[in-house]
Amino acid sequence: MEKMETTGYRLSVEGKTGEEATIRLAGRLSLDDLEPLMADLKAIPGRLKPRRISVDLAGVEYLDSAGALALIELENLASSLTLPFELLNVSGTNHGLLTLIDREALQRPPLRPESVRPAVVENLGELARRQYRDFLEIMSFVGQLVVALAWSLAHPRSVRWEDVKFYMKRAGADGLPIVALISLLLGLIMAFMSSLQLKQFGATIYVANLVTLAMVRELGPIMTAILVAGRSGSAYAAEIGTMVVNDEVNALVTMGFDPIRFLAVPKVLATMVVVPILTVYADLFAILGGLIVGITGLDLTAFTYIQQTKSSIRVFDFATSLIKAVVFAMLIAGIGCQRGFKVKGGAEGVGTSTTSAVVSAIFLIILADSAFAIMLHYIRQ
Amino acid sequence: MDSSSSEPVIVVENLTARYDDVTILEDVSFEVRRGERFMILGGSGCGKSTLLKHMIGLIKPSAGRVIINGIDIARADEEALHRFRSEIGVLFQADALFGSMSLAQNVALPLAEYTDLSSELIREIVRMKLGLVHLVGYDNHMPAELSGGMRKRAGLARAMALDPKFLFFDEPWAGLDPVTAAELDILIRSLNEGTGTTMVFVTQELASILNLGERAIMLHKDAKGIIARGTPAELREKSTDPRVLHFFNRQAD
Repeated sequence: MEKMETTGYRLSVEGKTGEEATIRLAGRLSLDDLEPLMADLKAIPGRLKPRRISVDLAGVEYLDSAGALALIELENLASSLTLPFELLNVSGTNHGLLTLIDREALQRPPLRPESVRPAVVENLGELARRQYRDFLEIMSFVGQLVVALAWSLAHPRSVRWEDVKFYMKRAGADGLPIVALISLLLGLIMAFMSSLQLKQFGATIYVANLVTLAMVRELGPIMTAILVAGRSGSAYAAEIGTMVVNDEVNALVTMGFDPIRFLAVPKVLATMVVVPILTVYADLFAILGGLIVGITGLDLTAFTYIQQTKSSIRVFDFATSLIKAVVFAMLIAGIGCQRGFKVKGGAEGVGTSTTSAVVSAIFLIILADSAFAIMLHYIRQ
Repeated sequence: MDSSSSEPVIVVENLTARYDDVTILEDVSFEVRRGERFMILGGSGCGKSTLLKHMIGLIKPSAGRVIINGIDIARADEEALHRFRSEIGVLFQADALFGSMSLAQNVALPLAEYTDLSSELIREIVRMKLGLVHLVGYDNHMPAELSGGMRKRAGLARAMALDPKFLFFDEPWAGLDPVTAAELDILIRSLNEGTGTTMVFVTQELASILNLGERAIMLHKDAKGIIARGTPAELREKSTDPRVLHFFNRQAD
């Protein structure tokens, strides 16, 4: 006879090798001791090679589903070795628990296999398909948006002007502090870095030209647009996406409203008004940053700096930067709304769409800017 | 008072609903009569929400027709469709109140869209509608500030803003405690008897089906369509289909 003792349970086996084995269990058969218990029980048939197995549960004070699982595993092992198996002295409560466990559930494979990560090529293919479908959906949305905008301009009274004002404040006024700060710093940095090079030629006055041209022509529109994409593009996607998830968009449709006219047009109009203004604002703050560097670091006078600034840009540059800003605004608001409308699923879907709105907006902004760069190059000549 | 006339005002004819390659409903036909409280019931996945979405014009059928007050809503022109939308009210399962607007603004929205009334008058009507659903004084509250039962009632007030001829309810009792559900039953019955509005309910709530339903159809996903029709009492007592009996007697399949 052998005895094994651990904290929770006590196990003893009676019987000679090759004969009938009786396993006496006592104490707690529970989750805490599941590993040692299973190991001990499963080792017994191999060791004693019995003709039959009986398990006596008379001394068991506590049995939970883990303990019952161990017993069932032993039973399965016994039947796989075609050994007769029986449980003795099973109390009422323990019996209930043992009948509760579905033996079949332990054997049956899952309905669908564990998800396998697809190969790189498969992934790429799937990505390409998704991009194509995305492109089609965006084109479709652009069409709907253009129609809605045209209709709204033809029927100005149908536009929800309160909403337009609301988004103008959110996208514009509320964004002034961050745009100001970043532009100022950008101006400072550009002036400082360029002055290091220009000092060598005694041409520090041209810092003013550099900062102004860089900001007005390129950095002002792009940086402002990226900021607005992050602040407002994401907000539009999140707001509309949440409304989709809440059935609010469905409610609008059943009440006879066109969701694009109701939700997207105000946002697009507001953004188109506000981004050019923010861009000008950004330009001014960058010039101010350059001015600070000019006065404090480069011994220029404010008058000189400002004169130089004025002489370096033409109205044409200014006008094109505003046109860029308007185009960027349409892209930001458009893709933000489109991502919002396409939300599927719950909170996670909204999160994905919001991220996608910002990333896609930035991509489109750079793309549009490249197109502008090429166009303006030929126009300027 | 039950429906006073047996004239069918909603006719669903051979409706087939498909989503990609999956057919959810096949060749479904039934009628709803003027002023009645009509129940669409069935277990999960039977297509009752899909059927409702077809009836309110959110989805176009793959085959068949939905005819409301004589108009085939899938093929109607812009004007007829717009008019149709002003004649129906929908209470969505998630109440679908516009979270960024107050209760009064929510209820006023359809009024502002379809009528030329002054804002004074609209405010009065809104107050009346909120009063109908026992939400007096909550005009300027936001939906997020209200309990589930109150939001359902607010959604109902909005659905009824234009005194629609048809009201559609998608699982209105879902998530309500028994007392609130009973109060909603009383409200619905009084509105139906007071206004004669035709009401269509998609629901699984047994107590309310038996309490309020005048006629019902039961859908089942295996049949992709109707497996039983009649009054709720008939379905519970006289049906020979075990699926119907299990549903009404709350038994396992």
